[in-house]
Amino acid sequence: MSGAPITIKSKAIESTRSSHTTEPTWVRVVLTVLALGIVAFILVSLLVVIFSEAFSSGWGGYVTALKDPDSIASIWVTITTAAVVVPLNTIFGICAAWVITKFEFWGKSLLITLIDLPFSVSPVISGLVFVLLFGREGYFGPYLKEHHLKIINTEIGVILATTFVTFPFVARELIALMQSQGSEEEQAALVLGANGWQIFTRITLPSIKWGLINGILICNARAMGEFGAVNVVAGILYTIPLQVDNFNSDNNMTAAFALSSLLAMLALVTLVVKKIVEFITERHAVQPE
Amino acid sequence: MAVALTQRRRKTNRILPGFGITLGYTMVYLSLLILIPLATLFIKTHQLTPSALHDVATDPEVISAFKVSFTASFAAALVNVFAGTLVAWVLARYKFAGRSLIDGLVDLPFALPTAVAGLSLALLYSSNGLFGRYLEAHNIHVANTSLGVAVALMVIGFPFIVRTVQPVLEDVSLDVEEAAATLGASRLQIFGRIIFPAIFPSILTGFALAFARGLGEYGSVIFISAGLPGQTEIVPQTIMNELSNYDYGKASAIAVMMLLASFTLLLIINVLQWWARKKQGGQ
Repeated sequence: MSGAPITIKSKAIESTRSSHTTEPTWVRVVLTVLALGIVAFILVSLLVVIFSEAFSSGWGGYVTALKDPDSIASIWVTITTAAVVVPLNTIFGICAAWVITKFEFWGKSLLITLIDLPFSVSPVISGLVFVLLFGREGYFGPYLKEHHLKIINTEIGVILATTFVTFPFVARELIALMQSQGSEEEQAALVLGANGWQIFTRITLPSIKWGLINGILICNARAMGEFGAVNVVAGILYTIPLQVDNFNSDNNMTAAFALSSLLAMLALVTLVVKKIVEFITERHAVQPE
Repeated sequence: MAVALTQRRRKTNRILPGFGITLGYTMVYLSLLILIPLATLFIKTHQLTPSALHDVATDPEVISAFKVSFTASFAAALVNVFAGTLVAWVLARYKFAGRSLIDGLVDLPFALPTAVAGLSLALLYSSNGLFGRYLEAHNIHVANTSLGVAVALMVIGFPFIVRTVQPVLEDVSLDVEEAAATLGASRLQIFGRIIFPAIFPSILTGFALAFARGLGEYGSVIFISAGLPGQTEIVPQTIMNELSNYDYGKASAIAVMMLLASFTLLLIINVLQWWARKKQGGQ
C-alpha cells in the first residue's frame, strides 16, 4: 500500500530527532502550552458551555427539556430526514468514487470540482435555490399549487436542502481512499471471472469499509446539524437545530442546550470513530503484508 | 514506465465493469440536485433589469454586509494562520500526554452543528458569560459587534489551517534539517530557510479555505452578531432578510455576487494547490 513507506519514515524521524533538529526543552514546553491554550480557548470552551448549560437545572431538568413535545417532534424530523439523505448521498458517493477512481474519461477533473461545489456555496444559498424552484413564486410553484403539492415548508424541502449541503462528504472520503488503493485487485478478480457486483462486494467494499463508515458518519452529523439551508425551506417545521434556535428565542436556555447536547454528543462520537478508523488504517499500513 | 503504460491502456479500455451506469447515475444525481438548482439562481438574476441589478449592487445595506463578511472572514483567517500553524507544529513534532485527544478535538468545528457552536459562543461572550465577563470589564465588547462575527468565523475556520499544514510539517525531510544543522545553521535559520518555505503554500491554501468558508457561514455567526443592519449583518443574513420580504430577485442577485466571490476563491485555491504540488515535485 502506498501509505506504508511514509508512515514508517515519519516514525523513524521521531525516534532519531536529535538536539540539532528540535528546539530546546523550554521552547517546546512554551509552544505546547500555547497550543493547549488555543485549543481550550477555541474548542473546549464550547463543550463546557453546552454541557454545563444543558445540566444547569440538573438531570431532571435535562430529561424534562428533552421530553418536551417540541423537542421530540424536532428529533423525529431530524432522524427521518437523515434516514433519507444519508443513504442517498452514500449511494451517490460510491458511484462517483467508482467512476472517478476506476476509469479515465474526458472531463474527470471538472466532475471532481463539481462534486466539491456545495462546499463553496453558502448554506443560505443552498436553501434559496430550492425556494426559487419550488416556492410559491418559484418555477414549479404554479404547477405544484395546481396539483395541491407542497415541497417548501414540508419535510421534502428539508430533505432536498440537506442533501444539497451534505452531498460531497461520502464521495470525497471514498475518492481519496480508492485513489490510493488502485484497481489491480479488482482487475485480478475480473480475470478470474467475477462479475461487477461480486467485484464490488467482495474486493472493493471490504477494503474501503472504514473510509465508508467515516464518510457516512460525517455526512450524518452534518445532515442532522444543518441550520442555514434548512432554515430557508422548513417554514413551521423544526429540525433539532431549528428547535434549538426556537428555544433560544423563547429564552428557554436549558431546553436549547439540552437539545444542543444531543448534537454535540453525536459530533464527539463521530470524531472518536474517525480517530479509531485512522488508528486501524495506520496499523494496517505499518504491518508489512 | 512499461507498467504505467499498460495500466494507462487498460484504464482507457475500461476493463472493469460499471462505467456507464455509475457515470450516468453520478451525472443525473449531480445535475438534478446541484447543477439545475444552482442554474436557476443565475437565470433568476439574469431576468432582473440592469437598473434593478444596479440598485442591488449600490444598496448601502448590501455593501455594508459585504464589507463585514469580507473583513471578518479575512481577519479570522489571518488569526488562524498563526494559531493554526502553531497547533499544527506542536501536533506534528512534539510528543505529550493527550496529543491524540487534542488532535481529534481539532476537527470539532467540522462535526459540531453551526447553530450549536453559534449559540454557545453567544453565551460565552455575553456580559455574564465565561469570557464575556472579563472582556466587558476591560471594555472589550464581543457580543453584537463585528469582533463577535470574527470570533465565530475563527472557531469555524480553525481546523482548515491545522489540517492543511500538519501533514506537510510531518513530511519535511529530516535529512535536509540535519544537513543544515551540520553546516552550522541555527534552529531559527532552519525554520526560516527550510521549514517555512515548505509549509508556506499549505498555509496559503488553509487561509483561502478558511476565508471561503467564513464568507458563506451563517449559523455560527447570527447568534453572537445579532445581525444589526449596517453593523454586524453578514451577506447570508442579507439574503435571508430579502427572502423574508419575498424579494426573490434581490436575494438571487446578492447570492450570485456572493457565489462569484466564492468561485474566485475556489479558483485561487486550485492554483495554490497546483503550485504547491509543482514545488514539492521539484524538490
